[in-house]
Amino acid sequence: MALSREQMAQRVAREMQDGFYVNLGIGIPTLVANYIPEGMEVMLQSENGLLGMGAFPRVGEADADMINAGKQTVTARTGASIFSSAESFAMIRGGHIDLTVLGAFEVDVHGNIASWMIPGKMVKGMGGAMDLVAGADNIIVTMTHASKDGESKLLSRCSLPLTGAGCIKRVLTDLAYLEIDNGAFILKERAPGVSVDEIIRKTAGKLIVPDHVPEMQFA
Amino acid sequence: MAGFDKRVASYEEALAGLKDGMTVISGGFGLCGIPENLINEIKRQGIRDLTVVSNNCGVDGFGLGVLLEDRQISKVIASYVGENALFEKQLLSGEIEVELTPQGTLAEKMRAGGAGIPAFFTATGVGTPVADGKETREFKGRAYLMEESITGDFAIVKGWKADHFGNVIYRHTAQNFNPLAATAGKITVVEVEEIVEPGELDPTQIHTPGIYVDRIICGTFEKRIEQLTERS
Repeated sequence: MALSREQMAQRVAREMQDGFYVNLGIGIPTLVANYIPEGMEVMLQSENGLLGMGAFPRVGEADADMINAGKQTVTARTGASIFSSAESFAMIRGGHIDLTVLGAFEVDVHGNIASWMIPGKMVKGMGGAMDLVAGADNIIVTMTHASKDGESKLLSRCSLPLTGAGCIKRVLTDLAYLEIDNGAFILKERAPGVSVDEIIRKTAGKLIVPDHVPEMQFA
Repeated sequence: MAGFDKRVASYEEALAGLKDGMTVISGGFGLCGIPENLINEIKRQGIRDLTVVSNNCGVDGFGLGVLLEDRQISKVIASYVGENALFEKQLLSGEIEVELTPQGTLAEKMRAGGAGIPAFFTATGVGTPVADGKETREFKGRAYLMEESITGDFAIVKGWKADHFGNVIYRHTAQNFNPLAATAGKITVVEVEEIVEPGELDPTQIHTPGIYVDRIICGTFEKRIEQLTERS
């Protein structure tokens, strides 16, 4: 069975480490915050200028001056800091973020990512995504393995305009966890109940399948 | 106006000198920390053919979105414009030009513009459509794009508290692009929720020192929330 959005978030959360500064993108990445392991301390960075994002406010306590990069009302946790957009992107561009998680439309075997524009259809802008992928060393892309029509999103070469070139090394889809190295996807884990054959079928780019592909663990 | 007293009495006075065809840099992220009354005054005055530099372009009927209604904006430099149906319509019909700019690059363009730095190099956007027509150079084995800084004829800024010297502090994440915009305007206008007595703001806690600020005005704000999310 393909992973649910929650399961994907849960799997990504396993990549957290105590003391990490983490930027979570909009969508599935945001859900990762719900699965930070017990006893582990992580600071969430929101690129509009907040380091140490807390929970959503209690009913009636929302503050228009306190939002995250998704424009949702949020709170700040103890130990948080708030700063300008230039400072925020100095952290991002300067490589100070330990882990970045973001969504994508396509990823390819060269580590290219396309996530911001569908020509003729959707031109909303890249927001902070280009800065995030250029500035981070440790990035996990979360997305569905194939589109609703069954078209693979793991390609030999991205067909859409890029967000960043050669910057992605790890991808978690609803079917598999893969790494990108040397012009190929390497299948590292498969979702529980998903066959290696199905992953091969739905991966358009070159895929290296080791002899043993373990099932994903969540705890 | 005398000495360092930068207070003005009306919004009309706050924007005196703003003319058709000028470039206006605006603070704000989404609808958070936007100079909503200054924007409404630009609408009231009917100034046209503006180039607007701002992370976003408001929503339909609020924030910078109100300047789209009478087609007062001819060009927008922004990182994300996806909250605005009227904007999309004018973009597709060619009535408005947009220069989509990565958010961190946009922030740095304002910062550099205000700091007298004409251009800078960044890895952001290398190998993407953002790099088209721009110089690339290699430093320590990695490719970087040359991005030119931005200055504006006017900067419009939303602060929390200011004194009459023009020292400003911002509240929570309403800071965002505001202190950067403040440095990059030939004329910088700041509207705040409260003008406090001289000496009331702690000099060590000032976000925008008064040297960047030309005019200060006290306003009342709707502070619309774009995405109200609460704990269930």
